[in-house]
Amino acid sequence: MDQLLQHCVNALVLGGTYALLGIGLTLIFGIMNVVNFTHGALYTFGAYAMYLAAVGLGINFYLALPVAVVAGLVLGAAIEFTLLRPLRRSDIDTTMLVMIGAGIILQSGALWIFGGVAKAIPNPMPDQPLNIGPVSVAWVRLFVFAAALVLIGVTYLTINRTRLGRAMRATFQDHDTAALMGVNVSLIYTATFAIGSALAAAAGALLGPVYVVFPQMGDLAAVKAFAIVILGGLGSIPGATIGGFILAFAEEIGAGYISSGYRDAMGFIIIIAVLLAKPTGLFARAERIG
Amino acid sequence: MSRVIAPLLLVVLALLPLWLKDPYLLNALIITGIFTLCAMSLNLLLGFTGQLSLGHVAFFGIGAYVSALTALGFDVELPFGLVLVVEPGSPLLGFVLAVLVTALCGYLIGRLAFRVRGAYFVIVTISFAEVVRLVALNWVDLTQGPLALTSIPNMVLPLPGLGETVLRTKMQNYYLVLGMAVVGYLVVAQLVTSRFGRAMRGLQQNESLALSLGINATRTLTVAATLSAAMAGAAGSLYAHYLRIIDPDVFLFSYTVTMVIMVVAGGKGTLAGPLVGGLIFGLLPVALRPVMAPEAQWIVYGGVLIAILFLMPQGIVPALDALTRRLRRARPAKSAPGAVEAGANP
Repeated sequence: MDQLLQHCVNALVLGGTYALLGIGLTLIFGIMNVVNFTHGALYTFGAYAMYLAAVGLGINFYLALPVAVVAGLVLGAAIEFTLLRPLRRSDIDTTMLVMIGAGIILQSGALWIFGGVAKAIPNPMPDQPLNIGPVSVAWVRLFVFAAALVLIGVTYLTINRTRLGRAMRATFQDHDTAALMGVNVSLIYTATFAIGSALAAAAGALLGPVYVVFPQMGDLAAVKAFAIVILGGLGSIPGATIGGFILAFAEEIGAGYISSGYRDAMGFIIIIAVLLAKPTGLFARAERIG
Repeated sequence: MSRVIAPLLLVVLALLPLWLKDPYLLNALIITGIFTLCAMSLNLLLGFTGQLSLGHVAFFGIGAYVSALTALGFDVELPFGLVLVVEPGSPLLGFVLAVLVTALCGYLIGRLAFRVRGAYFVIVTISFAEVVRLVALNWVDLTQGPLALTSIPNMVLPLPGLGETVLRTKMQNYYLVLGMAVVGYLVVAQLVTSRFGRAMRGLQQNESLALSLGINATRTLTVAATLSAAMAGAAGSLYAHYLRIIDPDVFLFSYTVTMVIMVVAGGKGTLAGPLVGGLIFGLLPVALRPVMAPEAQWIVYGGVLIAILFLMPQGIVPALDALTRRLRRARPAKSAPGAVEAGANP
């Protein structure tokens, strides 16, 4: 029982960052109809940005985090502007392949610049874990969880309460009508991709200090993000949030009680199971299927 | 265009080892041939049915493992205390089993994945490949996991009059791969010009219209996936018996990316496309190796993939087609105007 409780706490902490990853990907797909294969590379980019800021430049740990998120925002906007804007009229397969090319460039670039050796990001939090009854959690994980919740909250508020968010939702529903109503759809696309990228970079910057930073870290993160998005339904933000937590629970319970070697297989098994049972995902309306 | 390029290439490639004695280059050509075979099989799906499978490496890897395990023999514990013992068999049997098993996998995945299209299909195929990779990594009893399967015997070929020949040298393996590539090319060429091939292309161009004409979409796509998987499995078997060592890295996503780049750059939906793309991207590492590190090479590949999608989205072969047609039209026309290439996309 104690063990189960510990697994649940671990899953909750992990689920926050998974939800960040999923929301970023689902936002981009829902609004732009782009399957973003740079998502994993942007996650890696966020972790390296955090490493450069905190270790390379010696910026305060808590300040390095927003620096990494802003770096992700800028890189995302640049990718959208140079690669996706000229391909607005292309089919989904072409943009998918272009995104794969961009992802390869980013990942190989990280390998070229930083080498294959994993880097650690030290954190200023106490080493002693927090013990509550039978459950113990590292302080850095608690911080990661709290920061992820804050970022999810900010994303929700941006989308539901701001002018930008209203324009994004309008573009999601019908981009032609939105354009007729005076929404600058091109700008919305750039903003969407930038926000999605910033969320991926944030997830990387948050998990970098928990684990280690290496060039291929984004590969699994990307597939997990796809699993989360499929679970929640492509384009559904609440779906991606809940999907992130479901995946984290499935991984924790699977690793704890079945086999730790297959921990990372949970995401794929979820994808295949969901598509067998309910291809539109658990929370999406049918018309969003792509 | 395909009609000119393919036979010309075959003659050049068949004569090449007569003067090319460098084992490094011969090795590069053999690996290139194996991946070109994979690219041809991927083209069957991506080019002629329009379904982008990003899990193609799964079939390649399964073929390699099935073939290697058949040749090496193995024993695994099954549930209920059963033990499955397989004695070492002939590599030729391994090849046949590799083709059959991957065909079965392709059929099952097709049945599963073709319920969905587009982005969903792509993600299902990636997931499948990753699950298979994790199984190869974790089922140590069977696959040795990261320790790799080693000392895989070379392929044997029963030649009439000569008995069984073990293909040990690079030269022998080169001709084996070349022969398989020719067979693969002819199978695809026969297939896409058949009634079945027209059904596939009909589905690619307009699925609703094809359905209304009575084409069974799921069955057509599943058959295409089965054949495509079997070809990739054959390539995997050749790979295992040539390199004589395989580990779970044969399932790496970057191999799938290599195959996709070959098909897209050469020209998807054309017969010569995968050959041209395969040769260019198979031999590019040889050209780039003295100049740059592998990471930097991958940056170049990514850049080339993007550049091709921007500049000639149909690929090299259709672009050449269009060019020759324009040249012909510029001169006083004497031949029939623009004979349409089989499979060239509108």
